[in-house]
Amino acid sequence: MSILVIAEHDNSSLKQATLNVVAAAKAVGGDVDVLVAGENCGAVGEAAAKIEGVNKVLVADNAAYGHFLAENLSLLVSDLGKNYGHIFAAAGTTGKDFMPRVAALLDVAQISDIVRVESEDTFVRPIYAGNAIATVKSSDGIKVVTVRPTAFDPVAGEGGSASVETVDGAQDAGVSSFVSEQLAESDRPDLGSAGIVISGGRGMQNGENFQMLEKVADLLGAAVGASRAAVDAGFVPNDMQVGQTGKIVAPQLYVAVGISGAIQHLAGMSDSKVIVAINKDEEAPIFQVADYGLVADLFEAVPQLEEELKKVL
Amino acid sequence: MKVLVAVKRVIDYNVKVRVKPDNTGVDLANVKMAMNPFCEIAVEEAVRLKEKGVATEIVVVSIGPKAAQEQIRTALALGADRGIHVETDEEVQSLEAAKLLKAVVEKEEPKLVILGKQSIDTDNNQTGQMLAALTGMGQGTFASEVVVEGEKVNVTREVDGGLVTVSLNLPAVVTTDLRLNEPRYASLPNIMKAKKKPLDSMSPADLGVDVAPRLSTLKVEAPASRQAGVKVADVAELVDKLKNEAKVI
Repeated sequence: MSILVIAEHDNSSLKQATLNVVAAAKAVGGDVDVLVAGENCGAVGEAAAKIEGVNKVLVADNAAYGHFLAENLSLLVSDLGKNYGHIFAAAGTTGKDFMPRVAALLDVAQISDIVRVESEDTFVRPIYAGNAIATVKSSDGIKVVTVRPTAFDPVAGEGGSASVETVDGAQDAGVSSFVSEQLAESDRPDLGSAGIVISGGRGMQNGENFQMLEKVADLLGAAVGASRAAVDAGFVPNDMQVGQTGKIVAPQLYVAVGISGAIQHLAGMSDSKVIVAINKDEEAPIFQVADYGLVADLFEAVPQLEEELKKVL
Repeated sequence: MKVLVAVKRVIDYNVKVRVKPDNTGVDLANVKMAMNPFCEIAVEEAVRLKEKGVATEIVVVSIGPKAAQEQIRTALALGADRGIHVETDEEVQSLEAAKLLKAVVEKEEPKLVILGKQSIDTDNNQTGQMLAALTGMGQGTFASEVVVEGEKVNVTREVDGGLVTVSLNLPAVVTTDLRLNEPRYASLPNIMKAKKKPLDSMSPADLGVDVAPRLSTLKVEAPASRQAGVKVADVAELVDKLKNEAKVI
């Protein structure tokens, strides 16, 4: 049976997470088709056709899908998905929104947020905020699965030459409509897919001090994150939050500055390849997971870090 | 307007989770249980809607063992009017929970159903969306603001890039995110009053729903633990290690 991967995109460009999800689908085996559903999303369809190892790209281009409303997307995906053994999407806020709806319409269970594929019907996923790891087996005919992108190395975004087919018509449930959006503008890489992340915690003391981290981030091409404590204190907006209730990240390098290391934060970053902690409290739990710990006042250490990096980069 | 709120009994979020030595699950024996934190936010939102005069009645429903009545009583103490307990000792997975809730929705005909976005035990983040699909309702997931206007509800949702606001026809399903509100504590007089509020009990069979699970858990393991690394003396040593030892910059 083949696998349908739902592309994550913003109507103009394909999101990196799609490459991770295709990698997860490849781990199951079989042909991988990619669905691009959106509005004026032809360029995304072309990009998806270049993904390594993709068999076919389906493009559903209609105003009904323009804002990725779950009510409409789920009608489309459950309809197309009947012909597949598996339906995979990234476990971002879009996939989390429409995929359970797809599963319910198909009368199958969903397996959420997988981090490993054991076989075509068995998957590994964290439960209890990552404090336990469950291996679950599905008895359903169609496996509806959301994938934690950071748990799978992406396939190449170039080199493929899949055919592109148009899906005609539109499925509009007629119960919801888009009103407005406030999306954070940033030139820095996306927190969820950045290779390096530098995060600040309550120790940053205020929002202005995050500029120190931004300077370092710009030197490294890194994204800037924050702990829940820093978000709850109002230093920075909540879309910067790394942790169990925020974003799950797993970059090559994670730098935690003024973050004590609450369980809720560790759940969001402990899969990072290399962790650096800078904290003046040498008893802070963050040091128990850090590969490199620096016990120092961040207000001295971070400017020094910026200077040292300028020397070597 | 009637509001239905679903709540789940889970391990208290302050309790350190331990995997059973035989890897069959998480040890819940003699562990403190509580209402799922996202469900507390759902109850609070319903109570605030009632205080604003938008909601007229709040019905709280929970699926689970006899002891789940404690969480229903907690919701009643926080301001819900009446409870429904779907009693079962079996494991109820998200799809089956959604089917049970659909049956309750058909009986109660609420205008708004509020659930937590996920429970902190299974971390599935599915039931609200599945209920919405099965009932054909619109859904406002991961809500940070809920505004009812006539026959519509505007829900501001926390998404990866920021915030998105959608308008849904009523009846609709809303799932709560952390920043929707800060739940209140129940006062002692309200806890006493909650004991007298009506609480109906029924079984999945009464609602005509088969709760046999579709997913079987083969094993549950503790996560691989990360070892503490080394302390560096200063920033220069840190940068040197990152460049020459870890090779990540």
